[in-house]
Amino acid sequence: MSPPSATAAVAPGGSNREQSIRRTPTIGPSSNELRERLQRIWETKPGLYGWLATVDHKEIGIRYIVTAFVMLVIGGIEALIMRVQLAGPEQTLLTPQQYNMLFSTHGVTMIFLYASPILSGFSNYLWPLLFGSRDMAFPRLNALSYWIYLAAGIFMYAGVFVGAGPNDGWFNYVPYAQFRYDPGLNIDFYSLGMIFLGISTSVGAANFIVTLLRMRAPGMSINRLPIIIWGTATASFANLLIVPAVSLAFFLLWLDRQFHTQFFQVSGGGQPLLWQHLFWMFGHPWVYAIVLPAMGMVSDGLPVFCRRPLVGYAPVALATVATMLLGFGVWVHHMFATGLPGLSLAFFSAASILIAVPSAISVFSWIATIWLGRPVITAAFLFFASTIVLFVIGGVSGFMTASVPVDWELTDTYFVVAHLHYVLLGINVFPVMGATHFWFPKFTGRMMDERLGRWSFWTTFTGFNVAFLPMHLTGLWGMPRRVYTYPVEMGLGPINMVSTVGSFVLAIGFLLFFINVLRSRTRGAPAGDNPWDAYTLEWSTSSPPPPYNFAVIPTVASRHMLWEDQLGETRERSNLEEGFILDHGKEALATSALDAEPQRILHMPDDTIIPFVLAAGMLVLFSGLLVRNWPITAIGGLICAADLVAWFWPRISLLERGPAHG
Amino acid sequence: MAELATATPTPLPVGPVRDHGIGRGGMFALIASEAALFGYLLFSYYYTGASAPTPWVLEAHPALKLALPNTLILLLSSVAIWFAERATRHEERAKALIGCGIAFVLGTIFVAVQMFEWKAKAYGLAKSSYASLYYITTGFHMAHVVVGLAVLAMLFVWTGLGYFTPTRRIVFTNGSYYWHFVDAIWLAVFTTYYITPYLGFAT
Amino acid sequence: MHPLGYLSGSGAQTASVVPLMRFMLIVSIVVTVVIVGLVIWAIMTKREPVGPRSLRTIALEHRDGVKWIWTGLAISIVPLLATALWTVAVLAKTGSVPGAPLTVDIVAKRWWWDAQYSDGATGERFGVANEIHIPVGRPVLLHLRSADVIHSFWVPKLAGKTDVIPGQVNAMWIQADAPGRYRGQCGEFCGAQHAHMAFYVVADPPLQFAQWERQQMQPAFPPATVQASAGLSYFTQHCGRCHSVRGTPARGTFGPDLTHLMSRETIAAGMLQNNPAALSGWVENAQIVKPGALMPNQHISGPDLTLLRAYLETLR
Repeated sequence: MSPPSATAAVAPGGSNREQSIRRTPTIGPSSNELRERLQRIWETKPGLYGWLATVDHKEIGIRYIVTAFVMLVIGGIEALIMRVQLAGPEQTLLTPQQYNMLFSTHGVTMIFLYASPILSGFSNYLWPLLFGSRDMAFPRLNALSYWIYLAAGIFMYAGVFVGAGPNDGWFNYVPYAQFRYDPGLNIDFYSLGMIFLGISTSVGAANFIVTLLRMRAPGMSINRLPIIIWGTATASFANLLIVPAVSLAFFLLWLDRQFHTQFFQVSGGGQPLLWQHLFWMFGHPWVYAIVLPAMGMVSDGLPVFCRRPLVGYAPVALATVATMLLGFGVWVHHMFATGLPGLSLAFFSAASILIAVPSAISVFSWIATIWLGRPVITAAFLFFASTIVLFVIGGVSGFMTASVPVDWELTDTYFVVAHLHYVLLGINVFPVMGATHFWFPKFTGRMMDERLGRWSFWTTFTGFNVAFLPMHLTGLWGMPRRVYTYPVEMGLGPINMVSTVGSFVLAIGFLLFFINVLRSRTRGAPAGDNPWDAYTLEWSTSSPPPPYNFAVIPTVASRHMLWEDQLGETRERSNLEEGFILDHGKEALATSALDAEPQRILHMPDDTIIPFVLAAGMLVLFSGLLVRNWPITAIGGLICAADLVAWFWPRISLLERGPAHG
Repeated sequence: MAELATATPTPLPVGPVRDHGIGRGGMFALIASEAALFGYLLFSYYYTGASAPTPWVLEAHPALKLALPNTLILLLSSVAIWFAERATRHEERAKALIGCGIAFVLGTIFVAVQMFEWKAKAYGLAKSSYASLYYITTGFHMAHVVVGLAVLAMLFVWTGLGYFTPTRRIVFTNGSYYWHFVDAIWLAVFTTYYITPYLGFAT
Repeated sequence: MHPLGYLSGSGAQTASVVPLMRFMLIVSIVVTVVIVGLVIWAIMTKREPVGPRSLRTIALEHRDGVKWIWTGLAISIVPLLATALWTVAVLAKTGSVPGAPLTVDIVAKRWWWDAQYSDGATGERFGVANEIHIPVGRPVLLHLRSADVIHSFWVPKLAGKTDVIPGQVNAMWIQADAPGRYRGQCGEFCGAQHAHMAFYVVADPPLQFAQWERQQMQPAFPPATVQASAGLSYFTQHCGRCHSVRGTPARGTFGPDLTHLMSRETIAAGMLQNNPAALSGWVENAQIVKPGALMPNQHISGPDLTLLRAYLETLR
């Protein structure tokens, strides 16, 4: 290895032990030699060990995306089976128990195993690139969050495979979820699985927050952050505070079920509504957490295809935060029918109506961006633009449920099913599909097929609307939610058949999309660094980017780093050619929170098997708890404890301690 | 301005120096999350208590003769670890070990006294919603203390091995933050379970 | 056409709520049409007809457009505010039960509805299942309790739903302004047969309602034929643990009160018409008709079933 390019400074009056406390980093241009050296330092070692031990945020991001898409397909198949059962009245394709497990598992899979992880995947891949940084703040924690997600998904689906999947809906109300009414392992798989999965979400959130505050390139002040950063950051702050609520709820339920505690038991002075409060205090902010990052994708991608900056960057950024803040104060709107006092109802109703305001800001911004721009119609653009349409439909149906007396009719009918699918597909799935088209070239170096992309868009869009638009009417005609069948005399047969047909068209749309993804990996046209002439930092790297992202750390002077010459908004220019050369090992730059002034040189950890082992140990632990086998639980606990000691053991390479001496 | 910073670069610290470093943010995030958890536990207490027919608390006057000294013991252990953390700033290893050791011993006493309190209670976990909440909340806290004891033990070992220097000592500082957090949470739990009944809540 | 539909209603509650709902629906449709129109218009009129690889040939735009966001918001605030105010008004109007209500105690059980009436003067009580009669034009206060899990009492054409939660009593009121049979359905997932937990609220003109009440208050007529007597013995022995028929030894409270079973148009919580064939099928093989229901298959022989039916048909 050739010698590093800067001389190490020794602390004044310091000894050998205090070596390299400070260093003035070299500033210069990139070179082939530098890139080769960085490649060797940063690349994941080949083979099985490398695959299990990698801490590369890009590899972790791809894994999240692939796993989440697999979950999307599984959840989709569950939905198709349900739609076949519901295509006509009084059908007996499924028993009520089978149907109840299907609708519950479908919800759990989509909301927890797809909707959040897919956004974590894109954010994981993109954040350091968007920041002009080498990696996330905590690479090992990053790996851990993925392995736990995978393990928790496997854990929950093990339950499904043995016929004990969740069966009380994704919000799992007590008392039905109590042992007395649901004695199988179903709710135990769900409860322990959710606590397990929650750890992944929490550590992921911590990673995003510290990365945001510390790992940006010099000059990337907070008013220069892409909106996806605002979205994921807002979601992460929220997740950190809300995941404990749902984990606690599930833990208390598991205790009630297994150890006869009385948290939710009426006979013991417990409160069934405590479950609902804890669940929805988590659940409502959660639904914003699974759409705000995706809205950020649209806010960052649409401008590229409209050849102009986003209209109203500051209102959109602030609206993102405002939506989440208000989102903390409306959870009771899921409980309007539970017999709450009138004053409480009025307050939460008003707040729920008001929350339309910040959401609307993004919608108006997107329309203005198209209107005042020069839109080029690509598959990505179509997915992003359709988000506007679907968001509005989902938004107005939400507006209708915000009014308490109206909600008392609408709630628990197919009107809400229509609403939730419009917001979840409209503001998560469609943006994700657009994001896939948009960033696929960066991830793989190849373009997706445009023609197939348009076909997949129109099929998906049509299928979705044929399936779900009628459900507003199905709900207004009185069909309740979560019913495995409905009587002939309700007059709901034909409209349900329409929805079923639509759902299969939607499935074909997804199929075309995935065919496009898989084929383009090997047969797509070469992309180059910046096929869309986009403006953020990731488009200045190669496609795919090298493991170290940036050979020299860029300096940022505006929000549209690659469009500065063309826009002429400011005389300052970002510098991508020359910057800090950090090559004394695996190094990255930390900067200050608000203005991103250079602050510290970081030594980043190498690939390590420790996160994988910890996730495996946790899987053993939770499996032991599930079957109440305390020896297995203890073994799992010991693995976790030993692993954590190894993880936190201070290392010289990470400068966590001085050199060993007597 | 960032442009200036790169044009005329100044020396930057490499890695965590004294008590500043990227790991501190991670510890704060962990503390925020765990604090939220206890927030929800206490919410459960107040919500269930306010909704239940009175009397709901099983002891209108919970015995303070063990709990109050135990609280002081925990507070003292925080003082001890604070003292030890200050000692690491000047690499005064002996003082750091003593402080860390005292914190560990006091923490262990806290756990022992609490387990004794549990055994002395007339009710078990499954008796009522109050009993369940009492045991789970104090139990969660005790679990955090046990984890904290493991942290203190590791800090003791690492200090003994001479790992920490006046500049490279953030691991010790972060560990001490965790211990202080456990202490602060206890104050909230103690007030809720031992003091509010005296103030008339749900009695 | 849609018995559970609520775009129209016939009660004092729905009279307040349906206009607000229609207003919100109209606002929603208008907003959707306008936004979709704007999006389509923007794309169609501003589009650049180049392919995806030629984006860099299009010069960048940078006209400011923030004012359109504020314009859109200003327009949006109006219907939002109107809705909020109208909502509070409706809540205030329908919040408390008007006048002198009739009180009925409802107990929701998996998967049927128990309704208890009491005579204010004499304190006598009677219970019916799944067919709740009320007088037209008079408010009815319902006290909702659950015997097991959370259910939700919902008769769409008369009022919105109120959850029925164990450990608390939720109150709601309804008032039918026209006579009729109003279908209701459980509105909160409660297990295997949530889909078949229906009921009927039957609004009778006041005189008819009084007559119904008097009739229901009577205990069952003693069996008049030998066959019916044998049926009663069989019933008491095999069904009496769960079901009650006032005036006989059968006093079980787990299942519905069957004292005036034949006065009901439907059985099995609104699932089946109350005719001999359906009744036989239900009694014999409840698990086939309603899998998971808490009434087990009876394994009853042909002759015994005939006797039992003979008795049940006397319960008018």
